[in-house]
Amino acid sequence: MALEVQIEKQLAAYKLSLALATGAKPLAVLGPSGAGKTMTLRCIAGLERPDSGRIVLNNRVLFDSAKNINVPSRDRRIGLLFQNYALFPHLTVAENIAFGLESLALYERLTHIREQISKLHLDGLENRRPRELSGGEQQRAALARALATNPEALLLDEPLSALDTHLRSQIEQQLLETLSQYRGAALLVTHNIEEAYRLGSDLLVLSSGQAAAFGPKEEIFRHPPTVEVARLTGCKNFSPARSISANEIEATNWRCQLRVTQKIAKPVTRVGIRAHQIEFLESHQAARNDAIENVFPCWPTSSSETPFRITLYLKLHNAPTESDHHDLQAEIYKEKWQQFKEAPLPWHVRLAPQSLMIFPE
Amino acid sequence: MFYDLSPVWISLATSIVATAITLILGVAAASWRERRTGTAYAIFDGIALLPLVLPPTVVGFLLLLLFGRHGPLGQLLLRIGVSIVFSWPATVIAAAVVSFPLMYLTARAAIAQVDAPLLQAARTLGASEWRVFRRIVIPLAAPGLLAGTILSFARALGEFGATLMLAGDIPGRTETIPLAIYFAVEAGDMRRAIIWSVIDVTISLALLFALYYWARPQSAARAQFGRS
Repeated sequence: MALEVQIEKQLAAYKLSLALATGAKPLAVLGPSGAGKTMTLRCIAGLERPDSGRIVLNNRVLFDSAKNINVPSRDRRIGLLFQNYALFPHLTVAENIAFGLESLALYERLTHIREQISKLHLDGLENRRPRELSGGEQQRAALARALATNPEALLLDEPLSALDTHLRSQIEQQLLETLSQYRGAALLVTHNIEEAYRLGSDLLVLSSGQAAAFGPKEEIFRHPPTVEVARLTGCKNFSPARSISANEIEATNWRCQLRVTQKIAKPVTRVGIRAHQIEFLESHQAARNDAIENVFPCWPTSSSETPFRITLYLKLHNAPTESDHHDLQAEIYKEKWQQFKEAPLPWHVRLAPQSLMIFPE
Repeated sequence: MFYDLSPVWISLATSIVATAITLILGVAAASWRERRTGTAYAIFDGIALLPLVLPPTVVGFLLLLLFGRHGPLGQLLLRIGVSIVFSWPATVIAAAVVSFPLMYLTARAAIAQVDAPLLQAARTLGASEWRVFRRIVIPLAAPGLLAGTILSFARALGEFGATLMLAGDIPGRTETIPLAIYFAVEAGDMRRAIIWSVIDVTISLALLFALYYWARPQSAARAQFGRS
């Protein structure tokens, strides 16, 4: 199972230009709204025509601008799950699933419909119309409809964004199960970092129509190749930086020197750390702060809470004046926060060398 | 009854045939036009809507020029031995032409409101364009198309000016109810004019009720279904 895509298309704000390949494992395309994610899917499905490029699915050329090949949507054998599912409102669930099975004999058609209905847990909903279904049921019906035709590739456009938050995790689990059973190439796009990480195996980070990173998701999250990718994968803290020795850098905005683990090969221009990787030290640990590297006193400037976590905005080295901006944004569980929120200022944070990301560019 | 009821049958037959033609041509033109943008197509719209804004006598006169003995279409038809002017088919042509814009306008609106992703979804499921049209566009546009059909039928039933120009007033052949009323009044037969008027009002009211009845569930269904 292999889908190879290399396309270019001029859009209003930028040029979509990317190459990707995916096989048996699902590929997640992560990018902010308007980065060209949906357009990419539409090009692959044949709903939009790229200006140039080549799309090949299992050795079948679907699009080749050089050879003037452009297979119409209906012959591509690609299933597309639309963001709002696009179920046919005048047809029942069973009729929706049957829509793509027209060429089959009646008996075979019924077998396929039954198979999809039981696979996607739609039993009892066969005769409902889309408006009588919940969001999650609509999503499963749309998936069943797309899968019933045995597509060689399955494209999912923001599969969970139309759902209520409290339903998402459960529906995400079912989607994960469906994706793991699916034998073709699967590609899903999302703007949600966690969704991309959980559903995808490989990750493509898209920014203004360009692939900013492409590879195994763990690798991209651990070592983002650029500041842009780090930012798009959720990193909040950056500072301009320059190297001062083989394993030390100076972070100018943070006004400190930092030890790093990576060998500094190219000149460093920026350093970053994820909000949840900033460590808070107990006062007795901080007292011996000569023994631990990269420990700095800090003062909170403000905070923002979610039910289980708290985001602290921190000023390093000296107490903040009224107009001061924060240097760092740290995120911790509230249990941990409870332990030191009453501790005397300054607190001490550690920017662990193995957590620091340094960018040459 | 002391009257010849033929205007009723002629009116109904003319309107039914004219509406059938309008429906097919109107839906075909609307769906052809729907997927196209550009100035050239806007000119097509202008021509398609002309019968709505021109006085019916002008429409009738232009049709007469077109289908007359020396008109381009008239000569063509004459070669196969058909003469349209002052015949029953002329009433159908006149009624179809004046009712076409109403069908075209409502059909375009009805087709445009069918969500594009539904059509695209159908295509990714392997459906041909004809199947997309038949299974998705037509059913989802049906309430609007029905309203357009009723409007066109009502317009065809009330057609007077263009019919008189192209088909004349031949009792038993081209005399529809509106023509019968006009010539009854001209002849001073008020009683006859009133009876025909009552019949006309009755048929028109029944149609408007039908329109109201069918147009209402459509909007209710759409409100319930929202944008998706």
